[in-house]
Amino acid sequence: MNDKIVLQIDGHPHAVPAGCSVAAALAHAGLSATRYSVSGQPRAAFCGMGQCQECRVTIDGIADRLACMNPATAGMVIATT
Amino acid sequence: MMNRTLDADITVVGAGPAGIAAVCRLIAAGRRVVWVDQGARPGGQIWRADLPPRWTQALDTAAASPLLKRLAGHAVVDADGSQRLLLHDTLAQRGLWVRAPQLLLALGAREHFLPFPGWTLPGVHGAGGLQALIKNGWPVSGRRLVLAGSGPLLLAAADTARAAGADLLLIAEQASRAALLGFAAGLDAVRLGQAAGLGWRLRGRYRSGHWVRRAIGGDKLEAVVISDGHSEQELACDELGVGFGLLPNTELAELLGCRIEEGAIAVDAQLRTSLPLVWAAGECTGIGGADKAQVEGELAALQMLGQDGQSQQAAHSKAKRFARRLARSFALRPELLQLAEAKTLICRCEDVSLGVLRAQRGWRDAKLQTRCGMGACQGRVCGPITQQLLGWDARGQRAPLQPAPIALFLPDKT
Repeated sequence: MNDKIVLQIDGHPHAVPAGCSVAAALAHAGLSATRYSVSGQPRAAFCGMGQCQECRVTIDGIADRLACMNPATAGMVIATT
Repeated sequence: MMNRTLDADITVVGAGPAGIAAVCRLIAAGRRVVWVDQGARPGGQIWRADLPPRWTQALDTAAASPLLKRLAGHAVVDADGSQRLLLHDTLAQRGLWVRAPQLLLALGAREHFLPFPGWTLPGVHGAGGLQALIKNGWPVSGRRLVLAGSGPLLLAAADTARAAGADLLLIAEQASRAALLGFAAGLDAVRLGQAAGLGWRLRGRYRSGHWVRRAIGGDKLEAVVISDGHSEQELACDELGVGFGLLPNTELAELLGCRIEEGAIAVDAQLRTSLPLVWAAGECTGIGGADKAQVEGELAALQMLGQDGQSQQAAHSKAKRFARRLARSFALRPELLQLAEAKTLICRCEDVSLGVLRAQRGWRDAKLQTRCGMGACQGRVCGPITQQLLGWDARGQRAPLQPAPIALFLPDKT
């Protein structure tokens, strides 16, 4: 249960619990904001169920993927905007 | 890009309680089913991967059948009539058509959000959203948490958060004590037992007749102000979960042209929508909880199979009665519609404030002039809010229903 996986967030390696979502991985890594809005406000996961799109990040080079809906996997490369 | 086509007898959209109940029945009856869901595992927003024992085995049996094609991580983005749906495979980033004569919409619900000053700060979540995040590993251990809003979802979220080690400071339920007592008095023994167990675990931290007035913070949430209409109290906290109930998901039904009534997909006693060969079940036909969803999923499946489902009717009526009591007991107080100030953002995607929207004549004007509802969420969050706060008709879904690569929509080339 306490297994960890290592993935990359904004160029830095982070160990996060295996089986968590990308949103949870970002929180474990200590990021409170994962996106800046069109007027420059910090934002993070809000609806938690794939509706609001606030948690979108780039995963393995693919932009605008929802952190709350995607499981984190070992070696994943995540970039916030 | 060439989008492949999958053929089946029935397409089921959604893998929550209604979708699960329907698919198990349909597969047992020998139908070929394509089962589409955005989530990674069946369970929907309410169960996640934690299925009640009743369904685990039935689902394992269905999953082992060659008749079932389960498409996890797939979103419906467009439709060509109700018999052809265009899916976005969000993992492989590919398009895929499914073609089937019959369609079941088990689209579930999302949270009902109301804006208040500070609701866009990181650390503020939907209450059910926070529960979902925690179930997927979001760390709350030792973090100070406030839950606010209305309905049983607040208690469920509180229970999950406490089990995960959160420091639960307060649950602010906007409904009055009298309304809550009336609701509890009408619960059956099982539900009353559940409520009593929750009540014991959450004792001393549950306050009726209180609501969140504002969230305070710079780059993230630092405190919330709670009000009872007479006095206000500031509470320092790290996370706030707000939920004012649920709203049926109707986007795909709207795109197809199904009739919508009072925000839900309109269905008859046989769970048929206004379109031929399209059925709907669960929260998307009206909020009523997992029991209503399961019985509707089974009932819809039986109807699609040409059976009468008479034995399910009594359970269905009971579930619908419970839904009506739920809506009555947790009706929102008018003060909640006055929380947003002129500079409070309503559209979180395009950062459009209430003050700017008040100068617009309606949803269409607002879209053209301010880009409200034109961002990534396509009005899912701000649409219902403008409907409630400004009386706008914020409907009119167009493809793509979810953000998807443009290649999916280009004419197929050889």
